[in-house]
Amino acid sequence: MGERTIIPFGPQHPVLPEPLHLDLIMEDEKVVGAVPSIGFVHRGLEKLVEKRDFNEMIYVIERICGICSFIHGQSYAQTLEGLMGVDIPPRAKYLRTIWAELSRVHSHLLWLGLMADAYGFESLFMHCWRIREKVLDIFEETTGGRVIFSVCKIGGVWKDIDNDTLNRIKVIVKDIGEEAKAVTDVFVRDYSVQKRTRGIGVVTYQEAIDLGAVGPTLRGSGVVQDMRTLGYAAYGDLNFEPIVEKDGDCYARTVVRVREVYQSLDLIRQCIEKIPDGEVDMKVKGNPSGEYISRMEQPRGQTFYYAKGNGTKYLERFRVRTPTFANIPTLLKILPGADLADVPVLALTIDPCISCTER
Amino acid sequence: MAFNVINKTIMKSLFSKPATAMYPVIKNEFYPNTRGSIEMAKIENCSFCGICSKRCPATAIEVGKSDKKWEIDRTRCIVCNFCVQVCPKNCLNTQRSYTAPMRDKSSKLFTAYGPVVQEVNSGTAAQENHTQVGTAEEDA
Ligand code: SF4
Ligand code: SF4
Repeated sequence: MGERTIIPFGPQHPVLPEPLHLDLIMEDEKVVGAVPSIGFVHRGLEKLVEKRDFNEMIYVIERICGICSFIHGQSYAQTLEGLMGVDIPPRAKYLRTIWAELSRVHSHLLWLGLMADAYGFESLFMHCWRIREKVLDIFEETTGGRVIFSVCKIGGVWKDIDNDTLNRIKVIVKDIGEEAKAVTDVFVRDYSVQKRTRGIGVVTYQEAIDLGAVGPTLRGSGVVQDMRTLGYAAYGDLNFEPIVEKDGDCYARTVVRVREVYQSLDLIRQCIEKIPDGEVDMKVKGNPSGEYISRMEQPRGQTFYYAKGNGTKYLERFRVRTPTFANIPTLLKILPGADLADVPVLALTIDPCISCTER
Repeated sequence: MAFNVINKTIMKSLFSKPATAMYPVIKNEFYPNTRGSIEMAKIENCSFCGICSKRCPATAIEVGKSDKKWEIDRTRCIVCNFCVQVCPKNCLNTQRSYTAPMRDKSSKLFTAYGPVVQEVNSGTAAQENHTQVGTAEEDA
């Protein structure tokens, strides 16, 4: 038996885009245990609801996470709309779905780039981000923001996209799909990439359920669970199946994300074909009272929103459970037994987002 | 098979335009919708009602009704555009250019009449400065 050493990994590390700290307990080259510590960027946003009007709060909620920013805003708006019994116009629902799916495409392309960077495959990283840039340009053109859009509001959306622009987006989305093909083929078929991901960090079907994993981490283990099938926003009218892979290793999780990029592009196309004309927002009167929960599918997995209103313009309690928070137990399960060189790949494979974990 | 794919990619990369821009020579083009910094476009319409200030989630705007003061601390502003949307007189506007970087450690207040420099940790500087209409220095 070798000597035990503790290696601090993060919060600042070349492969980690987020301030996650892991104490890796090593025995020679093998990890035998991992102790996470989080709390470097806690901002107390859940407490802030007591000081900010529920309409203003949506701009704060969007800043929970930069990458899923739109979906956080959408989840919050949807929770408050549920609380106040508002049914928003159908066009607003479709527009929300389009922006949410574009967010998923850009999040997954970002993740694929970071994953390539974790193997040390720099040019693949740049190609992923080059394609992602096109999605950001669509965001900037339609909403005004590249990362944080501030376009969702309680009762609909602030901005409409006219039908000509939508048709142009449809063409751009097709181009993105074609360009992404060459890049994602490398993740799926390249020998050296498979060598780094196949059979590493296996989470079985039962373990994924027991550890409460969500999103691609769960679906990579063969569990069929996708909150979009609940049919919120416009998802009820669209035709899609949750994407599932059986193996439960890093490769399966990568393939789930790769296939989800194409699924999202297809969903955007369907939305643009089906979008009805009409208003995009409505006036919401009164203050929220009562309790409401809503669940949504973010690029990283299921997010859970709870809000409690007391009839004033300030919410009484507000709670978000974000996907990374649910996936950290899975990460701690797969780290023991891994080689030190695989730790970056394993840490990235759950797509950690510490800013949303700590809110 | 794989060799062909690589050849195709190499050829495409050789003969296509670079994805990056030659920055100082070619400046980025903003879209008409781009949200840059917040500016007071029509001070003559403003009634100093203070709605923008009350609604701002970052408390970046300060409005004084009696002394006709409208100030924004752009280092606090999160560019959410809410003030523009709630202003009843439509006198606020989002510029297409972003906030200029700050060169010194003092935070800069942008009043309706132009920018003024506020010393760090001096809460009263803003009130003293905003009266110097016309002497405000140029936007950095
Ligand atoms: S809301 Fe408009 S009119 Fe009222 S103080 Fe602000 S800028 Fe002036
Ligand atoms: S854009 Fe948002 S943060 Fe900035 S001043 Fe207006 S309301 Fe405040």
